[in-house]
Amino acid sequence: MTSGAPLLAISGLVVRYGAVAAVREVDLQVDESEIVSIIGPNGAGKTSLILAVAGIIAPAAGTVIFAGRTLGGIALEDVVAQGIALVPEGRHIFASLTVMENLLLGATVRRDSRAVAADLDRFFAMFPILAERRRQPAGQLSGGEQQQLAIARALLSRPRLLMLDEPSLGLSPMMVDQIYALLSTIRTQGVTILLVEQNAERVFGISNRVCVMSGGKFALAGDAAEIKSHPRFDAAYFGVHVREAASGP
Amino acid sequence: MERLVQILADAVSVGSLYALTALGIGLIFGVMRLINFAHGELITFAAYTLLALFGQPVPIMIFGGIAVAVVLALVTERAAFRPLRNADPTTLLISSFAVSFFLQKLLILVVGSRLKGLDFLPELGRQIEFAGIRLQLLQIVTIIVGIVLLAALTWFLRATRLGLHMRAAAEDFRMARVLGVRANKVIAVAFALSGILAAAVSCLIVVQTGVVQPRMGLQLVIIAFVGTVIGGLGSLSGAALGGFLVGAATILLQAFLPPDLRAFREAFVFIAVALVLLFRPQGLIPARGLKERI
Repeated sequence: MTSGAPLLAISGLVVRYGAVAAVREVDLQVDESEIVSIIGPNGAGKTSLILAVAGIIAPAAGTVIFAGRTLGGIALEDVVAQGIALVPEGRHIFASLTVMENLLLGATVRRDSRAVAADLDRFFAMFPILAERRRQPAGQLSGGEQQQLAIARALLSRPRLLMLDEPSLGLSPMMVDQIYALLSTIRTQGVTILLVEQNAERVFGISNRVCVMSGGKFALAGDAAEIKSHPRFDAAYFGVHVREAASGP
Repeated sequence: MERLVQILADAVSVGSLYALTALGIGLIFGVMRLINFAHGELITFAAYTLLALFGQPVPIMIFGGIAVAVVLALVTERAAFRPLRNADPTTLLISSFAVSFFLQKLLILVVGSRLKGLDFLPELGRQIEFAGIRLQLLQIVTIIVGIVLLAALTWFLRATRLGLHMRAAAEDFRMARVLGVRANKVIAVAFALSGILAAAVSCLIVVQTGVVQPRMGLQLVIIAFVGTVIGGLGSLSGAALGGFLVGAATILLQAFLPPDLRAFREAFVFIAVALVLLFRPQGLIPARGLKERI
């Protein structure tokens, strides 16, 4: 990859469910070591967008280029080997498998078992609760612990891009703080993050750039600080078209 | 006392046969949400392989039976089930009936529908004396084969990388694939394992009955399928337990029902099944967190 080219380049992406278009010609570029957040209300198309990048749903049109390689048409199980890891909404941990087995599954695409063992030690130091419960079925963990497990599992594939869908959903505010602190740490370790959140307030603190999605399109996109104070932010988020004359409280 | 032990040995050995059959069905259901009625034809084809290889050394006959069942399992997966992997479970079920009928009729076309005698391992029919009690050697071998295969399968699923991938795929196939678990590999391995289990059942049932016939597998599979349902569809331990209970119950009813009612022992088994399903519709050992297939 030539320096300067984005790590992830999405252009003209369309996702359809039957006649309904969930994502309508979206363009997005994510640079190495950035945190980019996509926020928007329920049904805005955020999840569809990252599921298309992850290869779980096939886009109706558009291209996804990751690290200089077009992802179109590659099998779902090959996406992770390209360096993309996903923490899906609802976490999708394997409840009947142990915490350790869940983590090992994260390293499915790796063959360097010694480095995997070192990574496991590192994650156990980072997430003491997972170390303590490594032999327990993952279904017995609390929601926040499961979220930590899902993130650690995703990181075990040594991704260049980590995508998270609503990581704060259903967690206590304190737990959400912990998860977001964790994301900052992960970024400093050189992992690029694409984050989808309904919880808009949370993302401004850690994101470099924020895209506001509504009705399948980006209504606003730009630097986090700029979007946060943008006069049309609320309107964009809720998908209302505010006429200039009607602006005001 | 002797008679009681003999009945119990019979019940446990027949239970083991059905447990192995139910496990074969349960393995495929686990990863594909497919109830593979063609599992019966794996058993039947393995039996006919024994017939075809009759006269060869026993290890070659057994190996031949296993090889044919495994290859047939892989071919049916590739030809009939892989193209339908994203179809709904009903379509897969109908496809498995089609495969089952096709293979059965093919066999009738080629070798005829009459049953044929096959004197495979007649020495297992011997009685042996064990602590003063006379037991049939075959029953003991069947129980040992059942335990060994169950232990081997458990070891494979618990201790190997591929086994971990299969368990993950059985719980949440899509998430497993997102993590890089290869769907084709996991499903092919499940089919190959079901072929091995079918071949083992086939060898044991041939020794027991001394005959082969084109419908022999289907009869076993229907009873074993009932076992997987009462055990809890999607749970392997449930399949093994359910298959075992249904098989053992048949023998116990045969032994302990009043003679007038013995002809109706299946009716009693199915009453018991109906009761289990009424009070525990999810099965005795329900599968945890069954999710979308792929």
